[in-house]
Amino acid sequence: MSTTTTLEPDPPAGGAQRAPKVRTKPSASRSIFDPTIVTSALLDSVRKLDPRTMARNPVMFIVEVGAVLTTVLFLRDVGDAETQENVFSALVAGFLWFTVLFANFAEAMAEGRGKAQAATLKATRADTMARLIQPDGTIVMRSSSELAIGDRCDVVAGEVIPGDGDIVEGIATVDESAITGESAPVIRESGGDRSAVTGGTRVLSDRIVVQISAKPGETFLDRMIALVEGADRQKTPNEIALSILLAGLTIVFLLAVVTLQPFAIYSGAEQPIIVLVALLVCLIPTTIGGLLSAIGIAGMDRLVQRNVLAMSGRAVEAAGDVTTLLLDKTGTITFGSRQAAEFIPVHDTTEVEVAEGALVSSLADETPEGRSIVDLATSAHGLVPADPTGAELVPFTAQTRMSGMDLPDGRRVRKGAADSVRRFVTQQGGTVPLELLPIVDGVSKEGATPLVVIDQQPGGVWRVLGVIRLKDTVKPGMRERFDELRAMGIRTVMITGDNPLTAAAIAAEAGVDDFLAEATPEDKMALITREQAGGNLVAMTGDGTNDAPALAQADVGVAMNTGTQAAKEAGNMVDLDSNPTKLIEIVEVGKQLLMTRGSLTTFSIANDVAKYFAIIPAMFSGVLPALDRLNVMDLHSPRTAILSAVIFNAFVIIGLVPLALKGVKFRAEAASAVLRRNLLVYGLGGVLVPFVGIKLIDVVVAALGVN
Amino acid sequence: MTWQNVVQALALVLLLVVTVPPLGRYIAAVYGSRDDGTAPGDRVFGPLERSIHRLCRIDDRREQRWNVYAISMLAFSLVSLLGLYALLRLQGSLPFNPTDRDGVGPTGAFNTAVSFVTNTNWQWYSGEVALSHLSQMLGLAVQNFASAGVGFAVIIAIIRGITRTTHRSRTLGNFWVDLVRGTVRILLPLSFLFALVIASQGVVQNLSGHTSATLVDAAAAESVGSATQAIPGGPVASQVAIKQLGTNGGGFYNANSAHPLENPNPITNLLENWAILVIPFALVVAFGILVRDRRQSRLLAAVMALFLVCVTAFSMFAESNGNPELTARGVDQSISTTQSGGNLEGKEVRFGTSACTLWAGSTTGTSNGSVNCMHDSFTPLGGLGPMFQMMLGEVSPGGIGVGLMGLLVNALLAVFIAGLMVGRTPEYLGRKIQAAEMKLLTLYILAMPAALLGFAAASMTLDSAATYQPGPHGLSEVLYNFASAANNNGSAFAYQGTGTQWYTVTQGIAMLIGRFFLIIPALAIAGSLAGRPKVPSTSGTLPTHTPLFGALVTGVVIVVAGLTFFPALALGPILEHLSL
Amino acid sequence: MRVFLRQLTPALVALVVFTVLLGLVYPLATTAVAQVAFGHRADGSTVERDGVVVGSELIGQPFVSPQYLHPRPSAAGAGYDGSASSGSNAGPLNEDFLDAIDERVAAYRDENGLPDGAEVPVDAVTASGSGLDPHISIANARLQAPRVAAARGLPVEDVLAVIEEHTDDRGIAVLGEPGVNVLLVNVALDELSQGG
Repeated sequence: MSTTTTLEPDPPAGGAQRAPKVRTKPSASRSIFDPTIVTSALLDSVRKLDPRTMARNPVMFIVEVGAVLTTVLFLRDVGDAETQENVFSALVAGFLWFTVLFANFAEAMAEGRGKAQAATLKATRADTMARLIQPDGTIVMRSSSELAIGDRCDVVAGEVIPGDGDIVEGIATVDESAITGESAPVIRESGGDRSAVTGGTRVLSDRIVVQISAKPGETFLDRMIALVEGADRQKTPNEIALSILLAGLTIVFLLAVVTLQPFAIYSGAEQPIIVLVALLVCLIPTTIGGLLSAIGIAGMDRLVQRNVLAMSGRAVEAAGDVTTLLLDKTGTITFGSRQAAEFIPVHDTTEVEVAEGALVSSLADETPEGRSIVDLATSAHGLVPADPTGAELVPFTAQTRMSGMDLPDGRRVRKGAADSVRRFVTQQGGTVPLELLPIVDGVSKEGATPLVVIDQQPGGVWRVLGVIRLKDTVKPGMRERFDELRAMGIRTVMITGDNPLTAAAIAAEAGVDDFLAEATPEDKMALITREQAGGNLVAMTGDGTNDAPALAQADVGVAMNTGTQAAKEAGNMVDLDSNPTKLIEIVEVGKQLLMTRGSLTTFSIANDVAKYFAIIPAMFSGVLPALDRLNVMDLHSPRTAILSAVIFNAFVIIGLVPLALKGVKFRAEAASAVLRRNLLVYGLGGVLVPFVGIKLIDVVVAALGVN
Repeated sequence: MTWQNVVQALALVLLLVVTVPPLGRYIAAVYGSRDDGTAPGDRVFGPLERSIHRLCRIDDRREQRWNVYAISMLAFSLVSLLGLYALLRLQGSLPFNPTDRDGVGPTGAFNTAVSFVTNTNWQWYSGEVALSHLSQMLGLAVQNFASAGVGFAVIIAIIRGITRTTHRSRTLGNFWVDLVRGTVRILLPLSFLFALVIASQGVVQNLSGHTSATLVDAAAAESVGSATQAIPGGPVASQVAIKQLGTNGGGFYNANSAHPLENPNPITNLLENWAILVIPFALVVAFGILVRDRRQSRLLAAVMALFLVCVTAFSMFAESNGNPELTARGVDQSISTTQSGGNLEGKEVRFGTSACTLWAGSTTGTSNGSVNCMHDSFTPLGGLGPMFQMMLGEVSPGGIGVGLMGLLVNALLAVFIAGLMVGRTPEYLGRKIQAAEMKLLTLYILAMPAALLGFAAASMTLDSAATYQPGPHGLSEVLYNFASAANNNGSAFAYQGTGTQWYTVTQGIAMLIGRFFLIIPALAIAGSLAGRPKVPSTSGTLPTHTPLFGALVTGVVIVVAGLTFFPALALGPILEHLSL
Repeated sequence: MRVFLRQLTPALVALVVFTVLLGLVYPLATTAVAQVAFGHRADGSTVERDGVVVGSELIGQPFVSPQYLHPRPSAAGAGYDGSASSGSNAGPLNEDFLDAIDERVAAYRDENGLPDGAEVPVDAVTASGSGLDPHISIANARLQAPRVAAARGLPVEDVLAVIEEHTDDRGIAVLGEPGVNVLLVNVALDELSQGG
């Protein structure tokens, strides 16, 4: 992101503070283990040992209780036991603490990234003085924290807008980089869909009157800070369901371990409490239990990195479930500007003649259409743009509805809308070929726009050269994108104001599954409710006030940051980049969030197999040598075996922090393919990895002299 | 093993393959798979059912929500429990008591009443010693039908919960209608026919007491202290038929289906073994028809069959290899054309180890619990198979209704984990699985292990409960017997004296937990799924009919049970085996 | 609770109806049909000699005299007690059980004149599940045949022929295992001895 601005204004006038520039967009190079974040996360992980905090996570709470218990037992027996026994107890207790700390660290790391962003945002929120317009028209100075909804404030160039609101008077350029990270200023004006302004952004030019629409402390910026900080993070539905399952599994294992002691006593092999605690901690799903909240926070964070603010975790999760995607045609599927696609000759001209005429007429045309005509003529027909020196530009006017060039040699070239050109040629005494009308109609019918090119040699009459077919161009890669979505089971519906014929043509070209033509907001709403009645989850983007009901109705409604306050209120996400294609990425982030949880749960449970084979023989082979045959890993001694399992259990949490923060690899595939791959990697891998890991740790532990 | 043993197993499979689908279609039709609203047997059973409904004052068109359905089920079970308890206590002073049995003691009556009402049919008593013919007929046989009928009602209600989408249908059906239907249209006709078939083979069916026979060898009279032998009588065939078909398993006689008068020859053995499995598997077929997706039932049946085949084969190999301790003592345990060898302690010559382990696998895979040999005398691994199969939660294919219910709950768990793994809120057959369901599911999963391990551990600490054999086998016995009670199986490692106050009461409680703490959460899940809109299936939906999903369900069932019970099993059968 | 109480009426009535239908009508109807169609079998397949019931062909009986085939050890009551069917339920490593096996192996070898170390058929030294197993294995019967023949003064071939005659094959040639019906053999042997 560049911080240069093309419209750098004068230094701000005194009185209003200048908003600091904030980088909300992540630089590509920010590593997962950013040193400053790591340092504060380390501190936080100790702070989080507070049992009141821990109790929110039953799995890790049990581990902490186990850690306390083993520590107490170690301290009680330290005087009486032999050295090896003490070393063992100390190490078990130590690694149980590490297990808790590692889990806290993971959570703190995830939060740390958000906090770093929040810190910079908070600087923006500094109190500003607003010039409040009294009902009688006089102006008083008022702190921005004292503004109420409905207050009108006067803001001039260089001042910071004191709160969220709508412009009721005036037009201004506004620097919104504090919120969006984009340095290019945007235009905001009263009335219409561009009237919303955000507190903390700065007016660069002109003067506006803003009517405040949010209470201080509840502004967009405040919400944004709270969101990235994860302060009022609430568990999402799937997270709650998973937590219940994890708690259930923890109780099952508690049951298995508690009842094991009577069985062991019966078998003549009573177990020390430390060993039972170690077994319990190894069995309960600490890996996923320790990483669960980090995964959730990181999921939100990944959205923030894509400059999307989700108002709730629930919305992110819902994004993963989306089955119908409503995409606006313009700007999302197509470039939104029409591009030259073909030159059609008429009567006795050739295609090259048309191309040449079109090229000349567009040499000075800086509109996207004009540039696309130059591009097509040079690339498809090998024409070289003539040196425009001395040529005179004839600009487009509402009267002529034509533009073109007058060349130094006296030749004149024009292009324009078909009816204007026809009228012009006839007026000038030229003839319009009979076949022009059918060609123009044909182009229109297939959803494209016809431009007619004419020229006049010095002294000659105006002659119709042919037609330029301008069409709305589908962005490259869209078809592939939609194919991927289809593979993931997501249906795309294109929304357009075009007539059905045009819409069908573009829908076919882009490869969307369905389209809604001549769409009114009511049609859109009806489509959403219809899809939802069929059990589909619908995602859409919108920016206008008339999109608000549909945004609210959709399961995932992404409002463009450029949109109105109403739209932003109605949606459950805001895209700061105002890029409608973002919807697809949002869906991916949502899916990735669930996949990461599921995969790590599977991994966590699969790990238990190896842990049993390490710990059970270690517990009993002393008294019941027959059970040593279960020691398939050939671990050094009972103590090293138990210790290795505990250490593995602790380190696997740290080892998986990057995965938890980044999310498991996402590929657009059908569910069964995804399941097969993740089951293989995290299920089978989860069974095998600990066998190797525990064996390696055992070798090291034994080499260090524990036996 | 001989080739005949293999063919015997295949014969059972063939018999099932031929009979399960039509019976499944029949069951589905009985429970309303037909579009025109008719059901088979309307003309014969319709009037009977309607008169029962009238007597009970049930409006058969009025449906119940899950909680009312569950309450009806509980009310019926409670009344049955009290009725059976009273009957057992009072049998001494009631008529039709040709063998002059006294009333059963209070705890014993409690245990037996619970046992039969919960479809466990744990034989706390010894049939021919403790019970009058009246108790057998009016008490046990009736509950054999009724508890299986309840199983039908429960699973049908659950299926309705999964299939109903419209808002009107938050209801799951009418318990009384479902109970009467399953009992009258499915269990009764099948049992009647089956009873006659086995009676023709020598299973006793009369109303007399013992027939006295004079011993042939007078010298033997001295050694056994009696010159005569009692040949027991009774309405046995009618009872055996329903105890096999209704996944009950409580035998008329103490030795259950090892008794020659309950199971006289290898042909009745095959038929009775078939009867254990046929309805539980047919219910899976009916499930596929009722949810209108037969691929689902094929998958579930395959998972069930996989467990069943693996456990049975495992036990069969262990048992046919015999007991090494006997080989060391000069005993020939080879299986040949002249002797049915293997580990024959507790097994009948006419069955041999193959037919016995085939039965053992079937009876512990369903919650039947009838036996044709004594599981306690199995080799450690031979006994581990049946025990572990019960610990899986009786899902292969499980008891009537409750087996399929158990596998569906496991499928929901698999769906939950797998659903997350593919990045979608988990859904099964178009129904989203959310926190409310997970809570119930967790309750369901906790109940059985809690009862099993909790009571087993307590038993090991009580000196008075040490009625088991010494060594690791003692632990195996306690584990097996509580696994049997908590899973409503009813088979036993029967050396252990479970007649003490402690076991009589705790096993009764374990049976109640294993029955109602599973059925009620499952019904509640169905109730919460009922009427929920169906999510359309896309390629982003996790398919639940593929081998991959089957492997996942299998994995979930094994991993959950394996992780829960491995430590205990390590000190029981595994230690015993490794000590051989 | 009120819902529960309201459900008690149908519960009670349903139980009574079931008791009548399933507890009386069903078993009595079955009994009636079974008695008419196959009375002998439905009454326990008794074996009579001279008008006296001497046993059931389905139920094993104790035999200790040398002239009779001996059945398997039995855990039913004092042995083959028809009113107390039971297996030993001994675990595979139960010491009492293994001691009993030692004794039975020694006794079997002794009775039948087998050398020390001769392998003994497993059914001869193990108790059945019911304690009423009517069968012994063919191998077991053949090992006992010389003793029985000697005690009766019959040729071994005759005894073997009787054994052969009362051997139950596998069900439809594949089900279960073949076995020799001890009671039927012994009754037949008595007839043979008396007749001869």
